[in-house]
Amino acid sequence: MTGVRDIRAVALFAAVAVLYLGTGFVQSWNIALSIFNMGLVSAILALGVNMQWGYAGLFNVGVMGFVALGGLATVLIAVPPVEDAWAAGGLRIVLALVLGAATIIAAILVWSKLAPGRLRALGMVVILIGGFALFRTVFDGGVIAVEAVNPAATGFLGGLGLPVLVAWPVGGVLAAGAAWLIGKTALGLRSDYLAIATLGISEIIIAVLKNEDWLTRGVKNVTGVPRPVPYEVELQQTPWFTDLAARLGADPVSMSSIMVKLSYAGLFMVVLLVLIWFSQKAWNSPWGRMMRAIRDNEVSAAAMGKDVKARHLQVFVLGSAVVGMAGAMMTTLDSQLVPSSYQPLRFTFLVWVMVIVGGSGNNWGAVLGGFLIWWLWIQVEPLGQLLMQSITSGMAEGSWLRAHLLEAAAHMRLMTMGVILLLVLRFSPRGLIPER
Amino acid sequence: MDILNAIVVLLNFVIIPATAYGAQLALGALGVTLIYGILRFSNFAHGDTMAFGTMIVILCTWGLQAAGVTLGPLPTALLALPVGIALTALLLMGTDRAVYRFYRRQKAKPVVYVIASLGVMFIMNGIVRFIIGVDDQRFDDGERFLISVRRFRDLTGLEEGLGIRTSQAITVVVALIAMVALFWFLNRTRTGKSMRAFSDNEDLALLSGINPERVVMITWLIVAALATTAGTLYGLDKAFKPFTYFQLLLPIFAAAIVGGLGNPVGAILGGFLIAFSEVGVTYAFRKVVGYLGPEGWEPAGMMQLLSTDYKFAVSFTILLIVLLFRPTGIMKGKTI
Repeated sequence: MTGVRDIRAVALFAAVAVLYLGTGFVQSWNIALSIFNMGLVSAILALGVNMQWGYAGLFNVGVMGFVALGGLATVLIAVPPVEDAWAAGGLRIVLALVLGAATIIAAILVWSKLAPGRLRALGMVVILIGGFALFRTVFDGGVIAVEAVNPAATGFLGGLGLPVLVAWPVGGVLAAGAAWLIGKTALGLRSDYLAIATLGISEIIIAVLKNEDWLTRGVKNVTGVPRPVPYEVELQQTPWFTDLAARLGADPVSMSSIMVKLSYAGLFMVVLLVLIWFSQKAWNSPWGRMMRAIRDNEVSAAAMGKDVKARHLQVFVLGSAVVGMAGAMMTTLDSQLVPSSYQPLRFTFLVWVMVIVGGSGNNWGAVLGGFLIWWLWIQVEPLGQLLMQSITSGMAEGSWLRAHLLEAAAHMRLMTMGVILLLVLRFSPRGLIPER
Repeated sequence: MDILNAIVVLLNFVIIPATAYGAQLALGALGVTLIYGILRFSNFAHGDTMAFGTMIVILCTWGLQAAGVTLGPLPTALLALPVGIALTALLLMGTDRAVYRFYRRQKAKPVVYVIASLGVMFIMNGIVRFIIGVDDQRFDDGERFLISVRRFRDLTGLEEGLGIRTSQAITVVVALIAMVALFWFLNRTRTGKSMRAFSDNEDLALLSGINPERVVMITWLIVAALATTAGTLYGLDKAFKPFTYFQLLLPIFAAAIVGGLGNPVGAILGGFLIAFSEVGVTYAFRKVVGYLGPEGWEPAGMMQLLSTDYKFAVSFTILLIVLLFRPTGIMKGKTI
């Protein structure tokens, strides 16, 4: 089992650990821990994308959408329900959604049961148009009623008020559902089509989160999502904690913040370890071998009697579920849902850089890529500032070029990520920890 | 009179804007489809290529304006367009040398090109943000209207006015010229024919002595021209913002796929189809229906199918329908 490759992998992980520890020593432990927490989430994201790309060669550019669905799940599960809003129009909205779903099901039934012909086409069109009109009539009234309830503070239906940890698997389920719909249509066609279909669905999911105020408060954001760990202020008032801080000789305020971050890190670590364990088991199982066989040669796998499309759908749904779960964890960590913060470069393409750089087809590689690239993404900005300051130090004070360069340093990291991606893709296409 | 008024409203708010938007999408989709036909991959950096080209045009326009050079009633950007095309062509050819040529030699799978194009997208996006920033930039000048709403009303005595913005007229004219030139080139010239042969059957084209590198270089040159033109026209018509250009990727891809990837005529049809559906579905038809209905009656609702925030959903739905029922597109595209 052990060999040069394992030593290399361990050395790489050690090097990344040094980066995080270095941040702790040079900057502060608070910063190092916040980067580490998002690093854990990034590692889970990369694991999910690696399932799709590394196991099956599926190209998903809609990661952002699945992450956002996880965030939505957090709000729907953990936020307490807004009773007044439910009374005002909640049931009406639910009824409208049921009507909408019924319309689509009826249309599908008509399409599949009736014989092809003019009658079928006409029937489907009539059902769709009639159903849409009915849906809008019921829906619009409900939305207006709900959004009118105290818009400054609520104006939305709220959630179920359950413990926030329940939202993590639910986020996975939501994302899996969306992935199933997309996979059903776009899998089995050319690989580019899946890419474009996923790009589309992610933009639509974000548009829904931004505009359906009754669901997510839209651009007004949902803040104060309940947390699975205690608040800093509570800790500072707990006797055992102040005792501990006094004994360690630490400032209780900064220590409480570190304590909270450590608790998050513990929770995330459990999820990550469980996922890695399952992924490794799956990878080394007959199922994993079958997936790789399909990935490497679809035609011969199909000739061996493997249902290529069904397996692709399966792994696509699984990977998206992991991504959705990571999305729920991320929103839990921020304890707020900010729909406008979902940017494709940050949530889709950065995860791709993580997977490619870390090593596609290797779970440990994806995890390493998640930690490494996230650290770089955060740290390149101050490094870029530093670089720009040294470049511009020779220029005249107040020259426009100097001001522009200093201001533009923030965009350095996009370029850095692009360069890293291209370099790895060219010179080490199998990534830092290659597939074995 | 009411029917005339309804037609004028429809023209003013749906048909004219959609035609201009459709022409811009068609030019973008032509670029995507050409890359797909010749280089055989979906170029995710296309939106950012458009942004880069437009940025050069904007900078050049500002320079010209500062020097006091204008085109009179026409926007100065038209004068700057060739510079933008030239620099974008240099950038694209440089990218090809540095990135894509390696994978061509390796005969890599199409998806590897797509991932490489993601890297290129990051870098181009970074360059654009680095140079011009992330904010809205307006660079249109010259006469704003060909016909203003007020003048149209005075001329015709109708209740509703019809305004045609110069940028809309220019979009249609420039797009028409670009399309005619492109089809003349592809169908009538030797180089164009060799490109079509290469797209149709690579091995046969190589056998007949067509130089693949030359074909690829010319493709990038044409793509640079199309992308910069599309981007500049879009920027003149609306405004320039790097992120919007990235988001244009979805309707452009939808247009190219709906029309059949690799098929230029299809790309143009697809562009207009997507634009008309997008504008039509998100427009509030209240006024039009009010004019057509009986005297003194107005519909209670806005008669708007979807809010404008969901315009992406329109291109996406069309895309899904095409993928489900006719995966090769309206005009048969190529399949690998």
